[in-house]
Amino acid sequence: MSADSLEITVIVNGQPREVPVGSTAGDLVAALGFAGRPLAVEVNEQVVPRARLADCRLASGDRLELVTLVGGG
Amino acid sequence: MPQPLSATATAAPSVATMDEPLRVGGMTLASRLVVGTGKYASHAEMEKCLEASGTDCVTVAVRRERLLNAAGENILDHLDVSRYTLLPNTAGCYTADDAVRVARLGRELLRDIGNPGAEWVKLEVLGDARTLLPDPVGTLEATARLVADGFAVLVYSSDDPVVAKRLKDLGAASVMPAGSPIGSGQGILNANNLRICLEYLKDADPDYPVIVDAGVGTASDVAAAMELGVDGVLLNTAIAHAADPLRMAAAMKAACHAGRQAFLAGRIPKKLYATASSPEQGVIGAVPARQPH
Repeated sequence: MSADSLEITVIVNGQPREVPVGSTAGDLVAALGFAGRPLAVEVNEQVVPRARLADCRLASGDRLELVTLVGGG
Repeated sequence: MPQPLSATATAAPSVATMDEPLRVGGMTLASRLVVGTGKYASHAEMEKCLEASGTDCVTVAVRRERLLNAAGENILDHLDVSRYTLLPNTAGCYTADDAVRVARLGRELLRDIGNPGAEWVKLEVLGDARTLLPDPVGTLEATARLVADGFAVLVYSSDDPVVAKRLKDLGAASVMPAGSPIGSGQGILNANNLRICLEYLKDADPDYPVIVDAGVGTASDVAAAMELGVDGVLLNTAIAHAADPLRMAAAMKAACHAGRQAFLAGRIPKKLYATASSPEQGVIGAVPARQPH
């Protein structure tokens, strides 16, 4: 196994998920297929604006929330 | 100068139905109904009901993306965000911490789509899952934190006038007392508390917006709230779960307009005894003497 295939575990919406070492929050959103979709991202309880997702490097154990809008009153 | 805002006007409205728009949280809204987007049978039905209600402001909730299908439908595919100002809520939050997080996530979502609603929030901090009544301590704390963070905060509250006053003092853009528990359809349970809320919040500040949020069951509840002098009504379930939601949406529009006009018109005082509408002079028959009282 080469070094660049190493993975870390982050928590996405309460579920553990493996991502490659060096991934950013933007990489994760893109890998999930949600790059162009309505989505807001929080990493460790801090909102990361869309423009900064590509700069937000993930670390093992990071807790991410990926949220959207739904119907509500 | 009052602007004509007759609910149905297309031509020049009568002077008798002129009204001001609803100004709240930096927004100017043509309709005094704020309508929720939850619990409709379909997105298509929701779209039709929003149209029929005449609203230009709709609430939305913030939830985890299920991440199942990026091509799946999103409510934003069915809401004309150039037409409606979105009001994101913090529904489902039981702590001030969670409510602040959700408010910030909602702001990010709305900024991303360029909707003016990014700068405000409908704050809910719930205290109890059975009643969905607000936790006043958490609500006060979250209000202070969100105001400090630059939000216009529209606060779901109980109808407690003292809490209402505290929320306004903290900088809430609007206090939104519940008529009765969320989704209960019980209408306005304590009109006198709402009257005192209105007095406390509007005394020396008559333009301070007060919106009844929650509890509406049918059109007369909306009219009754508006007749008390509240500035608007926020509702969801009463339309979405009516047997005919589209017809109820139209009824809510009419009721909101009727109640507002009746408030502006000024109702007659209630009296215990009758006052004849026809002249008492010139009656051809015998009229019994009045009983003294």
